[in-house]
Amino acid sequence: PAPKPNQPTSFEATADKEDTSAPETVVQSSVPQPKDDFQEELVIRPLHSGDIYASFQFRTLWETDFMRGNKVSHYRLFPKSLGQVISKFSVRELHISFTQGYWRTMQWGQPFLPSPPGAELWVWFQDSVTDVDGTWKELTNVLSGIFCASLNFIDSTNTVQPSASFKPLGIGNVTDHRFLRYATLPREIVCTENLTPWKKLLPCGSKAGLAVLLKSEKLFHSSFHSQAVHIRPVCQDWQCKTTSWELRQTLNVVFDLHTPGQGKLEWSLFKMFSRTLTEACPLASSSKIYIDITDDPQGEQFEVSPATHLLSQAMVLGDRRTFSVYDLTQQITFGTVRSLNLLIRWKSSEDMLRPLLHAERYVAGYGLQTGEIHTLMYNNHPYRSFPVLLLDSVPWYLRLYIHTLTVTSKGKDNKPSYIHYQPSKDRVRPHLLEMLVQLPPNSVTEVTVQFERALLKWTEYTPDPNHGFYVGSSVISSLVPSIVAMDTNSTREQPLFSSFFPCKEESSYFMRVYTEPLLVNLPTPDFSMPYNVICLTCTVVAVGYGSLYNLLTRSFQIEEPSPGLAKRIANIIRKMRGVPPL
Amino acid sequence: MAAPLTLLLLVAVTVRAALYRSSLADLISERVEVVSPLTAWKRVVEGLALLDLGVSPYSGDVFHETPLIIYLFHFLVDYAEITFMLADVITAVALYLSVKDYNKQVFRKQKYALEADRYPLDCLELIRSPKEMQYIPLKVAMFYLLNPFTILSCVAKSTCGLNNAVIALFVLSTIKGNVLLSAIFLSLATYQSIYPLTLCAAALLYLLQRQYIPVNLRRFSFWWFVAQYAFMYLGSLFVIVGLSFFLLGSWDFLPSVYGFILSVPDLTPNIGLFWYFFAEMFEHFRLFFLCVFQINVFFYTVPLSIKLKEHPVFLIFMQLAVISIFKSYPTVGDIAASFIKHHKASSASSLNIFLVSCVLLACSALFPVLWHLWIYAGSANSNFYYAITLLFNVAQILLVSDYFYAFLRREHHLSHGLYLKRKDGSEATLVLK
Repeated sequence: PAPKPNQPTSFEATADKEDTSAPETVVQSSVPQPKDDFQEELVIRPLHSGDIYASFQFRTLWETDFMRGNKVSHYRLFPKSLGQVISKFSVRELHISFTQGYWRTMQWGQPFLPSPPGAELWVWFQDSVTDVDGTWKELTNVLSGIFCASLNFIDSTNTVQPSASFKPLGIGNVTDHRFLRYATLPREIVCTENLTPWKKLLPCGSKAGLAVLLKSEKLFHSSFHSQAVHIRPVCQDWQCKTTSWELRQTLNVVFDLHTPGQGKLEWSLFKMFSRTLTEACPLASSSKIYIDITDDPQGEQFEVSPATHLLSQAMVLGDRRTFSVYDLTQQITFGTVRSLNLLIRWKSSEDMLRPLLHAERYVAGYGLQTGEIHTLMYNNHPYRSFPVLLLDSVPWYLRLYIHTLTVTSKGKDNKPSYIHYQPSKDRVRPHLLEMLVQLPPNSVTEVTVQFERALLKWTEYTPDPNHGFYVGSSVISSLVPSIVAMDTNSTREQPLFSSFFPCKEESSYFMRVYTEPLLVNLPTPDFSMPYNVICLTCTVVAVGYGSLYNLLTRSFQIEEPSPGLAKRIANIIRKMRGVPPL
Repeated sequence: MAAPLTLLLLVAVTVRAALYRSSLADLISERVEVVSPLTAWKRVVEGLALLDLGVSPYSGDVFHETPLIIYLFHFLVDYAEITFMLADVITAVALYLSVKDYNKQVFRKQKYALEADRYPLDCLELIRSPKEMQYIPLKVAMFYLLNPFTILSCVAKSTCGLNNAVIALFVLSTIKGNVLLSAIFLSLATYQSIYPLTLCAAALLYLLQRQYIPVNLRRFSFWWFVAQYAFMYLGSLFVIVGLSFFLLGSWDFLPSVYGFILSVPDLTPNIGLFWYFFAEMFEHFRLFFLCVFQINVFFYTVPLSIKLKEHPVFLIFMQLAVISIFKSYPTVGDIAASFIKHHKASSASSLNIFLVSCVLLACSALFPVLWHLWIYAGSANSNFYYAITLLFNVAQILLVSDYFYAFLRREHHLSHGLYLKRKDGSEATLVLK
């Protein structure tokens, strides 16, 4: 990652987060403290390919108002660095994710929280912001320092303002997309340096609760790793009389079957994370582990130990799923050994449900002059068709030709009902293409567009130009029809993994799918040649200048033959003697 | 002469139509030697598609044509092939008529000069006779129409063909002596690409000569005519630019078209000198060298006009050649326009010209080969293509200077005699000193 920019000292890391005192001993002050609440949960879902999916969510709810004049100065559970970011940059919603690896929808199903490979940042600003671009630039630099990532590479050449794809996920009535900025850095690599500041934002840090499992040597030894921070204003209750700020930190990781190298289909917390749990975070009001046992209600496919009697059901991703629940705030969960090491042992394997919406993307063509981007969207619902919003942000150096855009489903032309296209400007902004496409049932829709590769100035190439240039993932957002009725009430007791995306109607749920990023080669000039090229080209221009100069300034004359060498010497001697020359 | 011309036009149209229907048309319209970011047909279609989507074509960086082209092709996009073939036909016919008219004037002047005994006796063989000049207009038209460069440019539907047509009409109206039409066509040509501005001086000189106004900076009649021409030229330019403003309702096209031609932001390889130079330029010096290269195109106007003030038509052709070599995004269509001077070939240095022409042909054959090796096979790199670009431009420069040399030498012989003798009576050689 790039070196951190110099930050003013107000954005110091939250070193003062180790609040080990009990929540009851609150310092008395004249102003009543706004209520805050912290919940943590871990969902473990065994996947049919034998991999295991673990999703951590940590949510802090705080009833305060960052926007009013009174500066918030006493932070308890909410991290101070993020609170100061929200108030200084008038942020309404902030979503940032760092992902290593690509989510394989066909093998693993749908994730609870999708994210594209690399870094992704999208922010809704308050409508009081006057200079959104300037604020965006400052915000990316500050976040770059907080998360130790090279987000300072986000500039106008990879930032877009989608008009329809990224509506606010929290409350608020500002929907003017002038206040929305979306950028992705597909080349960004995620490592321990990014995990450490992320863990520091948690109230208990990595000392207690579920966060003790987050050890980087195991987390990064996985097929997929994604950590994200989501900040948004939410309603406290059903009537929405009061609002509070919600901070969700999520970490999704998929452990590969073959990595531990043991061959036995057996998973345990110790095997995945090299730690076991000993206590819940004392600051958390709820701390739970959910194991997805929907595919195995009778315990035929796998067996979970220690057994638990707590069961819970939740509507997530259009499906009613059953979970075994382990409540870490109860002491009996830890048993006599005072430590919880969940064990999941597989017994057999079976096919899994096909996901309803799935997408792929690739580059077609050969050579370094032109190419074609193909995006394939699969609708696997047997009889329902539904619309999807496709967002494509292509860098300026791949010049898209929008007149070559074709959308075909089942071999026939499928005209999108809404197209928003903003062409790129060289070295200023990327292409933005947003389309609303209706996907027929049980079909593949193919979107193709041709592009031309540009030759850049030699200073604009990265030090490894033949690695190629990354094109960020396409984003496909849609309301997918659901088989079971979704729950539209949002309550405090709802598990975190089912309450991320707001659910407005019962018959469908919101889903976002990210495609693969693309790696495209550009023609390169010879980087060792700048001086040679300047010399040679100036020589050619000088040849032109010289010939024309000769012809323009000289005239034809009769040539007098010049005398031989002997005669010339004789003439010189004669001149010296004062005698007329030969 | 109408019958051979019609036959020639039919043959040219047939060749182009045959190529349009074949699979080569798509291949040719992608070649970087034939189309540039300024003239590509793909970009015209893209601009029209953007207009259909409700986005201004100038809001992106793909479309760099003038608004009048949008206007024209909005109605003619289905008849594009016919439009370009018609443009080529108009160019050829305009050249034919202008050369015919010019020859008549040349004969008249020659006749007066012969009667006034101004030519030395031994250079009579240099004087052109009507018989040998009879087929020159047809040869010029044929040379333009059946030139492979022109055919490629037409099949690729490069808008360079339209620019050539306007320049040919300008030449025709200038030679015919029509001041207003000459100004209008020149302003159209300048409007489309800035460089024909340099032809202003040549047109002025010719029209002054035709109206027997001496080029004397102290005389009122000279300045009065210059003012008239400038008024007509600038007036029609303003009218056209104003029309373009009203088409889309904004001045966006000015930076997109003229800013693009002058500041060269797009470094797509072509047969010119700019692309690799500015791809490898140190950022600190970019503006300086950009100014140098652009001034280089306009800079030869004054010296050439001074030297060739008696021969303004040759001046026009020299200017066209200089523009086509040194402009920012040249294509083979521009080269074709500059080859029109070939009909003035004299025997003085035909061997030199033959060699240089062979170099040009070899380079034209090597361009696609080295492009394929760089872009598709990956076994060569950009230096190979750049080297052929350099060689091609050097050959063109040498060709232009050879023609200029031949022309000047012929003029010298016409005034001083063909066989020259030194002081002591032996045969002399001529050198430039």
